[in-house]
Amino acid sequence: MSDQRKRTQVADVNRSLYDFTKSEEGYERYDDGLTPEIVRAISEKKDEPEWMLEMRLRALELYHARPMAENWGPSIAGLDLDHISTYVSPKTKQAKSWDDVPADIKDTFERLGIPEAERESLAGVGAQYDSEIVYHNMRDDVAKQGVVYTTIEDALHDPQWEPVVREYFGTLIPPTDHKFAALHYAVWSGGSFVYVPAGVTLPYPLQSYFRLNAAGAGQFEHTLIIVEPGADLHFIEGCSAPKYYEANLHAGAVELFVKDGARLRYSTIENWSKNMYNLNTKRATIGADAKMEWVSGSFGSHVSYLYPTTIMAGDRSSCEFTGITFAGATQDLDTGCKVIMNGADTTASVSTKSISKDGGVNTFRSSVVIGRRADRARCSVSCQSLMLDDISRSDTIPAMDVRNATAQVGHEATIGRISDDTILYLMSRGCSEAEARTLVVNGFANPISKELPMEYAVEMNNLIKLEMEGAIG
Amino acid sequence: MASQLLNVSALSAGTEDKPILHEVDLAVGEGECHVLMGPNGAGKSTLGHVIMGDPVYRVSSGRISFAGEDVTELSADKRSLAGIFLSYQAPVEVPGVPLYSFLRTICQKRPELKTTARKFRERVGQIADQLELDQSFLMRELNVGFSGGEKKKIEMLQLLLLQPKLAILDETDSGLDVDALGIVSRGIQAYREQVGGALIVITHNTRILERLEVDRTHVMVKGRMVAEGPAELIADIDAHGFERFERAGEKGDASCAECPGCPKAGDAE
Repeated sequence: MSDQRKRTQVADVNRSLYDFTKSEEGYERYDDGLTPEIVRAISEKKDEPEWMLEMRLRALELYHARPMAENWGPSIAGLDLDHISTYVSPKTKQAKSWDDVPADIKDTFERLGIPEAERESLAGVGAQYDSEIVYHNMRDDVAKQGVVYTTIEDALHDPQWEPVVREYFGTLIPPTDHKFAALHYAVWSGGSFVYVPAGVTLPYPLQSYFRLNAAGAGQFEHTLIIVEPGADLHFIEGCSAPKYYEANLHAGAVELFVKDGARLRYSTIENWSKNMYNLNTKRATIGADAKMEWVSGSFGSHVSYLYPTTIMAGDRSSCEFTGITFAGATQDLDTGCKVIMNGADTTASVSTKSISKDGGVNTFRSSVVIGRRADRARCSVSCQSLMLDDISRSDTIPAMDVRNATAQVGHEATIGRISDDTILYLMSRGCSEAEARTLVVNGFANPISKELPMEYAVEMNNLIKLEMEGAIG
Repeated sequence: MASQLLNVSALSAGTEDKPILHEVDLAVGEGECHVLMGPNGAGKSTLGHVIMGDPVYRVSSGRISFAGEDVTELSADKRSLAGIFLSYQAPVEVPGVPLYSFLRTICQKRPELKTTARKFRERVGQIADQLELDQSFLMRELNVGFSGGEKKKIEMLQLLLLQPKLAILDETDSGLDVDALGIVSRGIQAYREQVGGALIVITHNTRILERLEVDRTHVMVKGRMVAEGPAELIADIDAHGFERFERAGEKGDASCAECPGCPKAGDAE
């Protein structure tokens, strides 16, 4: 093996559950780098309306015009966009039955447990493989209630929904937001469009799973969810990728519109491999008496910049953010959330945990803005960090901008280690050292994992176990 | 004399920068009840921790054998599985770990205690009742927010569940009110009767010993064993305190004829 290969190899735990790759043979893969020709080709392939192509090209100009952001967070110097393929399409059409999905891709999702979860506990599933959705289906009874769960591409081809996409798409996260938002709008592909009519409550969650199989590629899916007044939806998003030695990029965008009196719970488990640059943007705007719940688990990626934002436009709206990040060797995860409270009597509660080990770096940033009109707004932010050794790092950077004198805000942060006394206690009752550490870490994560969908909670516990066994053995 | 269970011989140990125990000998036979007394800072708790295998302490010389095996180098979990149990003075709180599932985990690690979920539930329920512990505690996080008395009851719950061959009780009675002390004492008695295990009771308070039939009493001063005697030694210490043992410890050769157990006064038995 060459020296080069050795140098770039990083210590890693057994991720065999995620680390399997499938051949790209016969796939349509666009040239690396980014030109108007590539953008036109993507748009043409999708047979898009003219306005979308124009938006893409405008975004591309913005992307090129924007300088790289100042280096206030983890380094993304290892990300060379001239060598990232922005579009890789598996050679298949979107299927409504798993039987119609090509065997190797179906096998991938089988191994990730997606069809099984669909049978047991989901109202609908979308599965994206590289740049395109390969499977999309929803239960009939949910469809009959008028719920739409499809790809943005399909919605654009539907005369009923094209105007709706046009009305909302790119309005909450505009292409001007930041350089990678511009990139996203230039080359976006795949993702989900969800529409829940007024007053409809979905009995089960919808789930989209994003799998990036191709090496040196980017995934730029767009999720657009509209929850009409009084409706209720739980949406689950899962992401993973096998490990490569080349950098991969994820720059998705999630735009969530939660109308008056509606509720949306948005759960994410992200387990990208450790060569991934995860520069994802998520934003929700919520109406009066609406409720937004974020549940976020971040385990993977080499570098993450992720701060889901909630704009609380309506009075009496509420927002809960529950998150956990786990940073191991070679990982630098900069995560947190933003809350903008503009309505009166709004409440927001942020509760996050982070675990770092083997030199992993966790940075928690929160930004709470309480506007002038947000009378009696209440916000609490709590951040707990656990460091498993002396070479790891954990930082907390809370920001609060309060412009209303009647508002109440609170922030608490703790950073700790596993005490020797705790390990001794558990070992003296028969647990091995690795088991004792795993127990403590799982216990630390428990209040968050309880909030995750069942299968992800199990997965998270297993991930922690894998990571912890790697730490000792 | 019962056959040998624990044999601590010429054990010297301490933290990295400070020796604490000096050539300590302690022999406990199967099913015997020993009491370890001594003034504050004598090294009693340290001895308990070293027998359990606390890695904070380093053994510089001597050995510990348990049930015929040298365990001096074994980690705490291996000693636990071999049958040593230490009840802590201040049991730690472990957030997010439900007590019940923790109990299940530590029992399932022991082939002799492996059982079905239903039988296990019954067994835990029985012991909890015996200790007058509300079953709702079982669903709570391990020791989190428990009072001192509740924590000690949880220690007794684990003692009765794990049925070790040897239990070291490190000031289990400290900080308990009369009622809690009664319950914990009954727990210890139940361990003696049902499991027939050996005990080393580290205590300042003779009250916890009232219901126990003590086989031997040991006195430690400044990291040394300075006296050993029958149960009667306890009453004597209760009446006269540790002062003369401390003097003996200092001079190293003090005669203490009035002390019935002192090896230096000849065999008083």
